[in-house]
Amino acid sequence: MPVGIEPQDLELAPGHNYGTVTDKISDIVLKEGTGKWWKAGFAVAIALLIVFHYGVVLLMTYGVGVWGVNIPVAWGFAITNFVWWIGIGHAGTLISAFLLLMRQRWRTSINRFAEAMTIFAVACAGMFPLLHLGRPWLFYWLFPYPDTMGTWPQFRSPLVWDVFAVSTYLTVSILFWYLGLIPDFGTMRDKAKSRAVKIVYGILSWGWRGSAIHWERYEMAGLLLAGISTPLVVSVHTVVSFDFTIAIVPGWHSTIFPPYFVAGAIYSGFAMVLTLAIPLRRWYHLEDFVTLKHLDNMAKLMLATGMIVTYAYVMETFMAFYSGNPYDRYMMLNRFFGPYAAVFWTLIGCNLIAPQALWFRRVRRSPWLLFVDALIIQTGMWLERFVIIVLSLHRDYLPSAWGMYYPTKVDWEVFLGTIGLFLTLFYLFVRLLPMISMSELRHLVHKTQAEEVKA
Amino acid sequence: MAQIFHRSFNTIARVSIYGGLLLLGGLAYVSWVVEQSPLYTDAKLPLVQPIPFSHKHHTVDDGIDCRYCHTSVEKSAFAGLPSTETCMTCHSQLWTNAAMLEPVRASFLTGQSIAWTRVNALPDFVYFNHSIHIHKGIGCTTCHGQLGEMPITWKENTLYMRWCINCHKHPERYIRRREDVFKPIYDPPANQEELGRRLVKAYDVKTPTYLTSCETCHR
Repeated sequence: MPVGIEPQDLELAPGHNYGTVTDKISDIVLKEGTGKWWKAGFAVAIALLIVFHYGVVLLMTYGVGVWGVNIPVAWGFAITNFVWWIGIGHAGTLISAFLLLMRQRWRTSINRFAEAMTIFAVACAGMFPLLHLGRPWLFYWLFPYPDTMGTWPQFRSPLVWDVFAVSTYLTVSILFWYLGLIPDFGTMRDKAKSRAVKIVYGILSWGWRGSAIHWERYEMAGLLLAGISTPLVVSVHTVVSFDFTIAIVPGWHSTIFPPYFVAGAIYSGFAMVLTLAIPLRRWYHLEDFVTLKHLDNMAKLMLATGMIVTYAYVMETFMAFYSGNPYDRYMMLNRFFGPYAAVFWTLIGCNLIAPQALWFRRVRRSPWLLFVDALIIQTGMWLERFVIIVLSLHRDYLPSAWGMYYPTKVDWEVFLGTIGLFLTLFYLFVRLLPMISMSELRHLVHKTQAEEVKA
Repeated sequence: MAQIFHRSFNTIARVSIYGGLLLLGGLAYVSWVVEQSPLYTDAKLPLVQPIPFSHKHHTVDDGIDCRYCHTSVEKSAFAGLPSTETCMTCHSQLWTNAAMLEPVRASFLTGQSIAWTRVNALPDFVYFNHSIHIHKGIGCTTCHGQLGEMPITWKENTLYMRWCINCHKHPERYIRRREDVFKPIYDPPANQEELGRRLVKAYDVKTPTYLTSCETCHR
């Protein structure tokens, strides 16, 4: 070990070789099976998933009227949840693509499950615009295809841009994730004992033999996909922010939205990665791979993006005052003192005050404190979307058209239900696939050993 | 270690990748074909009617004008179906014993209308008006086909919105002189493009932007 570097500053605990990292990760799937934590968590997830189905059945039977949405607040929980989930996905893409191009080694042991998180979060996000359509079974009308109507979707509408942004995002994320899994599927196939399991992983590995030419193509494909994904880190949430900024509603019509949304997305995304990583490393004893250094780095990123979000809040308030526009000013005053003021101040507490704890190294390096802070920040980011959507819509230009929005039981069922969907998918992922990239960890072992030799 | 897969799987894998793509493409093509086939649209399928009425016979052979039966076509949204009395103006004198016409006589005696099977039906959310089309120089046969050649009537076109929009975007390709509107057999002249542009101007047909705006037909 190089002199002067403490164990907690390493991306990989010392003493590991190719064999130990591979065994540790693959044994979770192939040998250890389902532990009590997994079973308990999965039961909760399935219960929530049933709640989701129940809510969706009610919604499909009776229509969107079972939600609290109505004019003037026609978006309500559904779009709040959509923006929240899609934002959460962004950290996964940032880790897998952006940090890969930046050659950040600490991404190695968190990228796999962060990418899985991205895909599952996008799946949850996608539910909401679809369910919000009223007739979800006609969702394909959103795509430009040679239809019987002889029309195209309204290409000038940001909602159509959204369809493209999100479906591109989902496709590229799945490709990237699957590509990274291929060498690991090869390992799983070779380590599996039962013939059926061998066959399943064998098919999934697409004939991976680990030859030099395989690795060369794998590296190149990964690099290309990283190049494609990196713009997606900023483009997807930028387009999502256009859903708002293109409209003239006070509180929406603002040029700060794209960078503010992207920062907020990465902010909430890293909060979610931490929420997943901290229990996982504990339950599966992965402290050697997901070290305090990783938690520290993610906390720092969260702090940085949190500060950008804070800056955006301050600027929004300042511009409402500086523009001299009475509607914008009222929008801000309504946030501060209006009927939803409690929601707004909770948001400020969660998103602005709570992350200040991350300035302290001690907080960044104590997993459970970090876990609590991450949960608070996720709540805050959800409230932020609620504030943007509901508080802007419920009182705009004409006082005679003002109204209130109250979520109904079905609103809550569908929202909590998607958390169930996410958790179900995630528990299945943890049980069936290697949750940390074994091939990249072996690469890291090689690198750190080389450094040790040098030292 | 024994191999899990036989070497033939190399071929199977390749075939399944390209086969999957081909299958998807094939499915898209098949759905495209089915969507415009009579199987799905009912276009060009002769319908069974209580009386095998021939437009060919009545218009071309007998020379009866469209408006003799479809009286309201110039004045209202609905072209109008002839009442039994209209049929009986001739058929009280002609073919009075023909078995084929028995339902007409029965209807005349009982006062019960003849239950024709509807040939062209638009959904209720579409506002369609016959009179404006007639007045702007859109002939019967443009939408209903060469009725002078139909021994039994069928729906000539799909009535898909795509089909409506096609003419609303390019009326000059279909418009004809007002005096030709009721011709039971009509073929566009060789100079249709040039004539069409002239007529669009002369009859003050609205711009495609107006004609294809949503509320023109969905009011």
